[in-house]
Amino acid sequence: MTASNRQYDMEDIMTRAATYRDADAMRGVLRRIHDAVTRQWNIMEVCGGQTFTLSRYRLEELLPEKITMIHGPGCPVCVTPVETIDRAIDIAMHPDVTFCSFGDMLRVPGSEAALLQAKARGADVQILYSPLEALKMAIDRPDRQIVFFAIGFETTAPIYALLAQKAVGMGIGNFSLLTSLFTVPAAVEAIKLDDQCRVDALLAAGHVCAITGTAEYESLSRELGIPIVITGFEPVDMLYGISKAVDALESSRIGVVNAYGRAVRAEGNRAAKKSIDEVFEHYDARWRGIGVIKHSGLTLRRKFEHLDATRRFKFSHTSSHECNGCIAAKIMKGLSLPADCPHFATDCTPQSPVGAPMVSSEGVCAAHYKYNRFQP
Amino acid sequence: MNISCPAPQRSTSTIEMAHGGGGAMTARLIERVFAPYFKNPILDKRHDGAILPACDARLAFSTDTFVVNPLFFPGGNIGDLAVNGTVNDLLCCGATPRYLSAGFVIEEGTDIEMLEAIAKTMAEAAREAEVEIVTGDTKVVERGRCDGVYINTSGVGILPPDIDLGPDNLKPDDVIMITGSIANHGMAVMSKREGLDFESPITSDTASLGDITHALLSVAPGLRVLRDPTRGGLSSTLNELAEASCVDIEIDEQSIPIRVATASACDLLGLDPLYVANEGIMIAVVPPDEAETALAAIRRSAHGSDAAIIGRVLARSATPEVWLKLPFGNRRLIEMMSGEQLPRIC
Repeated sequence: MTASNRQYDMEDIMTRAATYRDADAMRGVLRRIHDAVTRQWNIMEVCGGQTFTLSRYRLEELLPEKITMIHGPGCPVCVTPVETIDRAIDIAMHPDVTFCSFGDMLRVPGSEAALLQAKARGADVQILYSPLEALKMAIDRPDRQIVFFAIGFETTAPIYALLAQKAVGMGIGNFSLLTSLFTVPAAVEAIKLDDQCRVDALLAAGHVCAITGTAEYESLSRELGIPIVITGFEPVDMLYGISKAVDALESSRIGVVNAYGRAVRAEGNRAAKKSIDEVFEHYDARWRGIGVIKHSGLTLRRKFEHLDATRRFKFSHTSSHECNGCIAAKIMKGLSLPADCPHFATDCTPQSPVGAPMVSSEGVCAAHYKYNRFQP
Repeated sequence: MNISCPAPQRSTSTIEMAHGGGGAMTARLIERVFAPYFKNPILDKRHDGAILPACDARLAFSTDTFVVNPLFFPGGNIGDLAVNGTVNDLLCCGATPRYLSAGFVIEEGTDIEMLEAIAKTMAEAAREAEVEIVTGDTKVVERGRCDGVYINTSGVGILPPDIDLGPDNLKPDDVIMITGSIANHGMAVMSKREGLDFESPITSDTASLGDITHALLSVAPGLRVLRDPTRGGLSSTLNELAEASCVDIEIDEQSIPIRVATASACDLLGLDPLYVANEGIMIAVVPPDEAETALAAIRRSAHGSDAAIIGRVLARSATPEVWLKLPFGNRRLIEMMSGEQLPRIC
């Protein structure tokens, strides 16, 4: 159950990773893109991991000028609403609570402070790599209330579902989840249906599709009238996904192309989907910087609601507010670039982020700050 | 008939508050744990301070405090880390390290055998680096007030008359080399802390690098600077150098030595190896005509077999920047680390 049970064959992982970072392979795919493109196309990558790769390898400057990449809303750190951060801090400040979170969430600014400041003020905040460690902590420390900050998309939801099922099955009473879970298709649909949106094709997040499968995206593609390419995260994967999107756009094809076949099956991961379905149900979730999107979130079903940290701990905060002037929503819709924001690289930096996209390395503003700033 | 003493038995296997009280128990702790290992004529005098022979040369003086968690990690523990860290700081000044002090803050309840293991490792590291631990101190704090053991080491070293190394010495066209593969220490500690089990374990590179600096000083008279890229990693140290010398720097991603297991662990945990801590490598900057000789000398040294030339100094600049050349020939800026390097999630 703990992380120590995992064993990794590093040689194998790296050899495979190197294949998808190979400069010659990248050159080959780039040539195909340059040969194929004849018109101006706007392609949105949904996932923050893909935004990170684009910036890390500076792929955008290698693409034809006719292709514009739009950085979508797929960073869970960035879209978790301010109210949830305020609530996390409030819960973490309870003297009997050990609040567990992924590292990135600690710096996300709430209305007044971030979890890092709560930690400095005495809150017991632990950074974990594996949510399962939180359950072990709950067993080892029956005197503490262990709360896990369950953020993410369909990729991380199955592990939280497993946690909830285990906690119920083992009768662990001192464990709860503060959830902030989103589903990708609903958000993509909302963004695309926005009148101002100018996305011609979509790169769907490969890891999400490895769980959900491709069926949802087939109907989404038809409904929105745009091609959707399921794409991986290494630079060669990204370029390959873009190449497939350009092919589809140039020949006016809609529908789903799976450019990440080594990980994604049409049916997805049935066991993971079943777990999600047993534990969570859809609700109208608020996205930071975007607003409420219908059916776009996952929340604990009634059978598991006693594990909901917001029910277990009273919330004393009354009004949450986002920073004025953060243009995250416009950026995620492809209407603006980070550099268009008056806060960008002035009072909003990775050291002291004003808006959430500056926090996570997968956040579009942080990626631009780190890799694209000062470029000629 | 069974007679037993009603007074509680004195436990001797763990540290108690009285071990730091300055009385008999403190004396016994020092006798048992530290004195046998750190033994040398200066320390053995048991003065309030160490009496050192004076000399006409310039002295280098450095201090560092170690708070690593966990205390023991693959490749070392807080003890050798504390000795090697200060020794390497003195070596980076171009000095020959001679004397160290060691101050211990120990948490009540700490296992004395473990403390002894740490002292033993410190003594071995000191012997290897040819330095003596000549004065020390122990304090005990209540349980929960510190994380096992914290160690401060300070050290002095003697500086040869003609040595002038410094971060502000970099000149355009200088060659930047690194004496070993990067990110091993940080990832060894991280994997141990997170309970990650790698098939080929990643071990810390903690080591004193006297052989390397000695070799460099003898073959590369034009040596500009030595720096150990510890916290903040390679990126942060290069930025400090660029800033101090008012120059731009370019390094080539593909020439930076990194072990496969370490690179994969970084990938897995979402960490950029350029920002991960090192404890047994140095950055050396030399004029171009001394580069090949310097590299060969480093590679012949015990800890220098992975050494490589990783980049060069570009032009002088009022806004110094460090560039990373990517596999494609395009490049991106690398900056100082901002805050703590937190793991990315999905």
